[in-house]
This record gives sequence, structure tokens and C-alpha cells, in this order.
Amino acid sequence: MEALFTTQYPVAKADYVSAGKASQDIKRRLKQLGIGGDVLRRVAVASYEVELNLVIHSEGGTLTLTLYPDCVELNSVDVGPGIADVSMAMREGWSTANDEARALGFGAGMGLPNMKRNADDFSIQSELGKGTVIDMRFHLPGWQGEQT
Amino acid sequence: MEKRYHSVRLEKDLCKGCTNCLRHCPTEAIRVRGGRAHILDTLCIDCGECIRVCDYHAKVAVTDTLEDIRAFKYKIALPAPSLYGQFRGLRKIEYVLEALKRIGFDDVFEVARGADVVTRAIRERLREPNMPRPLISSACPAVVRLIQVRFPELIDHIVDIRQPMEVAASIARAEFCRRTQAAPEEVGCFFITPCPAKMTVIKRPIGQTKSELDGAISMMELYGLLLPHVEKLQGDPDFRLSTGFGVGWATSSGEAIAVCPENSLSVDGIPNVIRVLEEVENGKLNDLVYLECNACMGGCVGGPLAFENSYVARNAIRKLVDAMPRVHPDSDVPPSMLTKYHTKNNAPIQPNDAVRLDDNMAEAMRKMTRMNEIMARLPGYDCGSCGSPTCRTFAEDIVRGHCTEMDCIHVLKEKLKIMAQQMVELAQSKRE
Repeated sequence: MEALFTTQYPVAKADYVSAGKASQDIKRRLKQLGIGGDVLRRVAVASYEVELNLVIHSEGGTLTLTLYPDCVELNSVDVGPGIADVSMAMREGWSTANDEARALGFGAGMGLPNMKRNADDFSIQSELGKGTVIDMRFHLPGWQGEQT
Repeated sequence: MEKRYHSVRLEKDLCKGCTNCLRHCPTEAIRVRGGRAHILDTLCIDCGECIRVCDYHAKVAVTDTLEDIRAFKYKIALPAPSLYGQFRGLRKIEYVLEALKRIGFDDVFEVARGADVVTRAIRERLREPNMPRPLISSACPAVVRLIQVRFPELIDHIVDIRQPMEVAASIARAEFCRRTQAAPEEVGCFFITPCPAKMTVIKRPIGQTKSELDGAISMMELYGLLLPHVEKLQGDPDFRLSTGFGVGWATSSGEAIAVCPENSLSVDGIPNVIRVLEEVENGKLNDLVYLECNACMGGCVGGPLAFENSYVARNAIRKLVDAMPRVHPDSDVPPSMLTKYHTKNNAPIQPNDAVRLDDNMAEAMRKMTRMNEIMARLPGYDCGSCGSPTCRTFAEDIVRGHCTEMDCIHVLKEKLKIMAQQMVELAQSKRE
């Protein structure tokens, strides 16, 4: 299906000051489009988690918001370092956050599980030394294409 | 569209068209057009931030006057607890209550007592299973409207118990009528208010079909009238009703301490409230039981219609509370009061969809794409010269059809530069 809107957010490594700005903008846009309720709640949680993951764990990356007639898509691509054991990373409570992140209250190991729980479709691909790609989809209920 | 009532208004003649208020509005509800400010009716939450920052006093709060109470045979004053913090060195709350009678009210009922009853009612709610976490206070109407506009999906978190002033008015009128045999419609209940948001919510209630109050009078207006009486009064009268916990609602964290000292958070000042509500939205405060939010710094003592410096008032409230016996509403408010009077909402709180770009989602998406394209051409200074608070809202105003790109002086200058260049080129080409 054809994308109706797309916008990108560069997210820098360890930029705790700006952390949350991308998800804030994503939420604002969804509200402007009239997307609310359960979908907004779930996108809010997942977009914040994925943005924070880029800040805490990656060497930097890009978050992309794409809107289709029937779903909201969030896509995260980073430039490294990649995850050694993805199935381990998906476990609740597992975290490789460093001391700086933990000192700020992050690193509870709930990020990836939270994303998976809140997205309707979730996929993660990672290669150590290369980077990680996360795709999430949230289905829009009750909207079947163009209305006249 | 039907014009919505707002206490916060603009005095057209005083407005210079400066952009001071633009940037301070938390819902981006102000535009400067045609040389003066306009408040967008659908987005204004009556928080009064613009009143505070306007150097020309062009933003005002309309409340009732002492004249207006004459429309009723019997008049009851319902002072917000923050009123007690307005008088330096106040020894007894009773002096303030007595002073209100001396300036024309037949009876006085403390909103702090309403806060006692509300405290107990919310604590009952917190005991119920499956309550959303955190439950958000309904006491500050500016915050409730902020949630309607900017955080509609958090509406379910707002506790469905009425504000202290509403509960107080319900009790005050019933008790007065029982005592005096007066008919309820002969009794006028007036809230003595520190803020315009309370005035607005009386005229345009949220969560209930009709307000129990008949109006609100600004604290600022009554302060001068009350002061000579308060200063003169002596002796040891004792007809106060409220507990120290109820009085504590006047300042930020007073409510949280009364309602849920075990696991609550208090936040004051609109920008801080927004930050915390973002966290709730992100699912980062799910372990919190109760969230108290006040639009004004320091809580209601920081209201734009309060007379005293909010820090001084806060200290005064603390001293008054410390001098009171530590009786909690749990033991002081009989459970029968919760059902005998109106304590629960009787209407749903609706989301405010004024932020939507279009009712049709596909059209809204097209507008958003256009907004992004326009944004890329704007300088990003957020200078306000165009009359919109930020470049982003300016782009939004363009796609909504309210202005054009040339209203940006920076875009216009660029355009003029190109045109001048073209004119020069044109002139030179003629000479050859």
C-alpha cells in the first residue's frame, strides 16, 4: 500500500538531553491526524522505547515514521554495534546498558519486550559489528482507505 | 461554530500586538493578526499564563463582582483555601470567614471542607480494583482541559470525583436551606477564586451537566475589602469546619499528601505538568498510584488572581496547617457524606479534537506533508513575527488556510532579494 506521509528523526548516541523529542513529535503528529485511543497509547510507549534504545545502546541511528491508510509504521535503523544474541535481548530484565544510562534510571531491560508487546507486528534484525533494524506496525482500526 | 465561554479575554485597545503571550501559551492558542492578539476559542484552557506575561495588561480574567451576588436573596461565599494564605500573619482562619460575612455574604462554607470530602471520596476510589495508574487529579480545571486538548488518551486516568468547590457548594446550599427553610434557587453560591479556569469551569462544566456554583469572584477584587476586617478581628472564634489536610490543598503537594501519601507525585507549573504527562503517556509512570497536577507554580496560591506573592502565601498556609490538629478526613468525614451530596461526575469528559488538521484522515495526511514541505523553507527562528508562536504552527496555519508563506518576513526578504536581483538583471539587459 502507498505511504501517505513519512518523516525521519536522526537520533544521536548518548544524547540524553534530547531523548524523547522524536517520540514527542510522533505523538503530536498522530493527534493532529486524529489517531488516538489505543493505537496512540501503544505507539507512544513503543516509539519512546525505540528512541531511547537508539540513545542508550546504538552508535546513532534514524527513526522513521510512515503512515499508511491502514497502519502506522515505525522503523529504526542504527549504525552499530549490533546485538550479539537477539533472543537473549528480547527477554524481560536483560540489559546491556552502561553505568551512565543506569545512573539516569534506564536499563531495566524492558525496552525490546515493551516494543514487541505494544506493536501489532514486530521484527528485529541484528548483526554484530553492523547494526540493528527494528520494524513495528500498528493497525489502524475502522479506517478503510479514502473517505469522501 | 458556537462561541465557547472563556474567563480569559483580550482587551483589544490595550494590546500592542507584541508577541510576548504567543510563546507562553501552553496550547499554542494565541495568534497575532492585524496588529493584535487573538485567542483561539477552541484551544484556550484558561490557565491564565498570558495574563501573567502581558506587559500591557491586555489579557484579563473576567469574573463576577460583588454586585452580582445581589441577584440572589441569600448569598454564600465559598473561599478557596488559598484565600487564607493572602493575609500576612493571619492567626485564625475564622477571621477570614467572618470578614466575608461582613462584606455582604449571609453564610460562608469552606472549600477546604469540600477538599476533605473529596479526599475521602478519592481514597475510596483508590481502593477499587483495576483503577488506571496513575489516577490523575481532577481538581485543576486548566490541567483537565490541557489533557482534553493535548493528552486525550489520558482522559480515562482523570479521577471521576468532582472538584472541592463543587462538592462544597452542594453541601453549603443543602445545609443552608435545611437551616433557614430557604428555597435552593434563592441561594447564590459564589466561589472566591485564585484563577480564571475555575470561573470558566463554572460556566462551562467538565464531567458534570451543571455546576453547583452560581459564579466566582476574583480574590484580587475582594482582598482590599477583606483586609481591614481581617486585621480588626480579635478573640477566639471557632467555627471552622475543615481539617488541616483540606486547607493544605491550597498548595502544591497538599492534595497528594491528603489523598495518597504512600505513592503519589505532585507537579506544578504548566510546562512541568506537560513533561510529566508525556511520561505517563510513554508508560513510564505506571507504578504511580496518584498524580496531582497544578497549572500554577506552587499550586492554587500561585493563581493569577491571587494577591500575595505565592511563596509568602505558601509559607502562610504551612503555618496555618501546622497549627491545626492532625485529623485526617478518613476519620473526620462521615461516609454518609459521600452519597448524601453530589461527589461523582455525572457526564463523560470529552476529548478536544481542535488539534486535528482535518476530519478526513487522508486529507489530514496531505496537509501534514505540505506542512513538512513549508517547514523546510522556513528559517526555524520561531521569532513570532508572522503572528504564529513557532515556525511549525505557522506552517500549520498556512495549510489550514489562515495565512500565506509571505507573512514570514524572512521568506519575504529572501523573495525581495531575488526580485531585486532580477530587476537589476532586467535593467542591465536593456542597456545592451
